[in-house]
Amino acid sequence: MDIIVKFKEMNKSFQNHHVLKNINVEFNKGETTVILGPSGSGKSTLLRCINLLEIPQTGTLEIDSLKVDFTQKLSQKDKLLIRQNTAMVFQSFNLFPHMTVLENVIEGPITVLKKDKSKMIQIGEQLLEKVGLLHKKDSYPSQLSGGQQQRVAIARALAMEPKFLLFDEPTSALDPELEGEVLKVLKALSEEQKSMILVTHNLNFARVAADRILFLENGEILFDGRTDEFFNNTENERIISFIQSMQFI
Amino acid sequence: MSRELEIVLNSIWPVLKAGLAVTIPLSLISFAIALVIAVITALVKLSNFKILKFIFSTYVWIFRGTPLLVQLFLVFYGLPKAGVTLDPWTAAIITFSLNTGAYASESIRASILSIPKGQWEAAESLGMTYWQVLRRVIAPQTVRISLPPVTNDFIDLVKGTSLAASITIAEMFMIGQQIVAFTYEPLAIYSLVAVIYLLFVSILTVIQGRLEKVASKYI
Ligand SMILES: Nc1ncnc2c1ncn2[C@@H]1O[C@H](COP(=O)(O)OP(=O)(O)O)[C@@H](O)[C@H]1O
Ligand SMILES: [Mg+2]
Repeated sequence: MDIIVKFKEMNKSFQNHHVLKNINVEFNKGETTVILGPSGSGKSTLLRCINLLEIPQTGTLEIDSLKVDFTQKLSQKDKLLIRQNTAMVFQSFNLFPHMTVLENVIEGPITVLKKDKSKMIQIGEQLLEKVGLLHKKDSYPSQLSGGQQQRVAIARALAMEPKFLLFDEPTSALDPELEGEVLKVLKALSEEQKSMILVTHNLNFARVAADRILFLENGEILFDGRTDEFFNNTENERIISFIQSMQFI
Repeated sequence: MSRELEIVLNSIWPVLKAGLAVTIPLSLISFAIALVIAVITALVKLSNFKILKFIFSTYVWIFRGTPLLVQLFLVFYGLPKAGVTLDPWTAAIITFSLNTGAYASESIRASILSIPKGQWEAAESLGMTYWQVLRRVIAPQTVRISLPPVTNDFIDLVKGTSLAASITIAEMFMIGQQIVAFTYEPLAIYSLVAVIYLLFVSILTVIQGRLEKVASKYI
């Protein structure tokens, strides 16, 4: 399988707080990777380092043929290119409140990729259909439920045709019944072999949708392997107790 | 008809005329320039350009920290001593725009800062440049949020133009003073002047309400 995102010896600190420690990891094309780990272990930071919302201090990041070395000054051009190739879906949706649903979806392709507007309206409508929200295309985000907003955010990410989709706890702000509708969309994307990296606390979702699990603790990768290996693991005490603690919630 | 009432009725047009010919254009021109100054100042103060930030912060500090009347006197009566002689209108427009620009820049800066960080992140994660984020995502939201405080600054400006009387501009207040000088009716005439200011400001408030409605249609 083609590797398309790769960190080598990456370190990230906030002031004196060393949050990610010598990270070496690869993400494959067409795979769904779920990042698990206790709160504060650095999951969000790792995800945000992929599209450079956070900039590591050392190490390298490769996305396809793009390569950046964090010890050098990052050029604006590389930064924008990497961001165009990776789309982020946030826990708090972050839709643009002054734009309609459809305008939100086509904003990136039109402003950033300079795509043709009428063409993008067609594509945008198809994407909204896919997430079940075509009938809301002219609504504003404030008129939607949380689950609907998150599905729009997913359509907005897909519209960029990114090489990688990044999700940071996409359902953590949602009620259980709304969580389901978002997870369904995510599951469908995963089945389409989209390349995805998700941070989630939903172990059931990880179990059924993930090809691969990354387990983070204290800024270090404690496990990096197949999903069934992770859940059937009988040796690593830390992972066993993590899974147990999650299931008692 | 009582004498006072007659004087007031006869004074309406002269005072209103000064309002239409002086107060309103002086306010509008100064406000337009102030807005440009305010936007630039707000953006500089939010940027990382240390030296520019220092210069613009100093400007805001001085113009918010000193009385408008003193600023007017400095520019009109003071600057000629330094070889810069300005006609009253130019001096007034420069002073009013700089003064209102300083206040409005803080209103705009606060509005930009109140936009959630997630808006920047969502836009940046699409690969937008700084200017694209500002233009497409931040500016439209800033317009809505800053409308009430910036209208306040505008209202202060309209009222503040009465100080232009002190640098020989025949605006409403000065016309009022002149009428008082030969009618000896300060209560009636200054009330008339106050009512006309109130009328102007009320019209502004109505316009503000309309604009807020348009700008908030997505809420
Ligand atoms: N912008 C920031 N500034 C300072 N510290 C931060 C920042 N973002 C995250 N951290 C710290 O980094 C650590 C990892 O955070 P995070 O990646 O959000 O963890 P997780 O997503 O696994 O809960 C935490 O200790 C957090 O307090
Ligand atoms: Mg997190």
